[in-house]
Amino acid sequence: MHVLDLDYMLGLLPILLSYLPLTLEMAAAGMVAALILACLLAVVRVQRMPGLNALAMLFISFFRGTPLLVQLFLFYYGLPQVLTFLVAINGITATILGLTLHFSAYMAESIRAAIVGVDRSQTEAALSIGMTQGQLMRRIVLPQATRVATPTLMNYFIDMIKATSLAFTLGVTELMGATQKEAASSFLYFEAFLMVAIIYWIVVEILSWLQRRMEKRLNRAYQR
Amino acid sequence: MIALNGITKRFGAHTVFDNIDLELEQGEIIVIIGPSGTGKSTLLRCINYLEAPDAGRLTVGDLSLDARHATRREILALRRRTAFVFQNYALFANKTALDNICEGMIVVDGLPKAQAHARGREILERIGLADKADAYPASLSGGQQQRVGIGRAMAAKAEVILFDEPTSALDPEWVDEVLALMKQLALERQTMIVVSHEMQFAREVADRVVFMDDGRIIEQGPPDELFTNPQDERTQRFLRKVLAHNPA
Ligand SMILES: Nc1ncnc2c1ncn2[C@@H]1O[C@H](COP(=O)(O)OP(=O)(O)O)[C@@H](O)[C@H]1O
Ligand SMILES: [Mg+2]
Repeated sequence: MHVLDLDYMLGLLPILLSYLPLTLEMAAAGMVAALILACLLAVVRVQRMPGLNALAMLFISFFRGTPLLVQLFLFYYGLPQVLTFLVAINGITATILGLTLHFSAYMAESIRAAIVGVDRSQTEAALSIGMTQGQLMRRIVLPQATRVATPTLMNYFIDMIKATSLAFTLGVTELMGATQKEAASSFLYFEAFLMVAIIYWIVVEILSWLQRRMEKRLNRAYQR
Repeated sequence: MIALNGITKRFGAHTVFDNIDLELEQGEIIVIIGPSGTGKSTLLRCINYLEAPDAGRLTVGDLSLDARHATRREILALRRRTAFVFQNYALFANKTALDNICEGMIVVDGLPKAQAHARGREILERIGLADKADAYPASLSGGQQQRVGIGRAMAAKAEVILFDEPTSALDPEWVDEVLALMKQLALERQTMIVVSHEMQFAREVADRVVFMDDGRIIEQGPPDELFTNPQDERTQRFLRKVLAHNPA
């Protein structure tokens, strides 16, 4: 058994941190795209738009029902064989695409639940003064649903950051990929992976702290 | 003028009412009474198209629509001519009292915000809540919330305001302030249809009381006549029961 090589770990820190931006960028891009897609899916589900609703249900069922890793391999290694114009898809794009589709399926369901949770009588009140469905959604339902869904959506964002580590299986040198390479050349696997675990952990802790503050603010909203 | 002609409403196989007729002059105030489950709420909701009638004609002011082929545009137009006050207030939880009142003026009528707020503050003054402009519904008492609900209906400048048991969800201590506000509106000759079992209110304010039972209008007339000399046996039975709890 060897003693923990702290010097090696400290030396590794700046190297690994230089890959953190890519990890966060992939997560941020995936989050923004997933939010947009999830809102669309949720509205389709809530309004039970004919045809589209069935498609949305199929989409959600597939992306919740299969592992993210399988989906990533499908997009990166599989799809380009079928859709040849995708041959040029790089690992980063495939990761963002995979994260977007996978997480939008989960997020759509939380947004849908939050929308449905808004007191039905407020919907009637809005209609009774002549608002259209769109106005009702934009001005009354979505603001309240957002408040309810935000903590859950933050959780998905945190999950997504951790899930970016799968990108290394598509050959992307992000935080996890870089750690893997460093470990393979130094053979100090424990130190390397412990270091990367600590980095992920701290990032997640910072976000959880933000999430708690946000939740407090959201709980106070509309109470005054 | 408000007119319902041959309004019919079914839920699946259950016919709530069939071929109902009701007419109101402008400025008229009618109170609808009747046992629960009779279709009073559904009738009000049909006038506002919160429920789509299955057949019949609705006329409100210069708008007249046939329920069998009402267009989306006609429905929106009808809703702009009618306003609804809900039993459970149904205020927008994410809007302050002022914004609850102004929402329709801004979004539906397209009034500039400053103008809407000026009118909104006038209405808050009239409903006695000038100091609550920035309060959210969650921080208001039931009585205050219902007054905001009425304020929101007043802001719509509707031809008729429909009240569905506006005081029956309230703690007794808040009932009077809501009824007082409704009386004030009645004095201004705001056309109203009120479903309520506040007999004292009906007697003081209503031009006409309508008794409904089992999806039918059984009898109607000025409150003094209907309360003191009901013709139909069902009306008599209902009044005996209600007046025992809620004397006029
Ligand atoms: N959305 C609905 N779906 C099915 N049945 C309904 C619905 N709303 C009301 N009803 C039925 O219609 C009848 C009239 O109800 P309602 O108008 O609420 O009566 P009231 O207001 O006089 O108590 C009742 O039998 C009720 O069960
Ligand atoms: Mg009712």
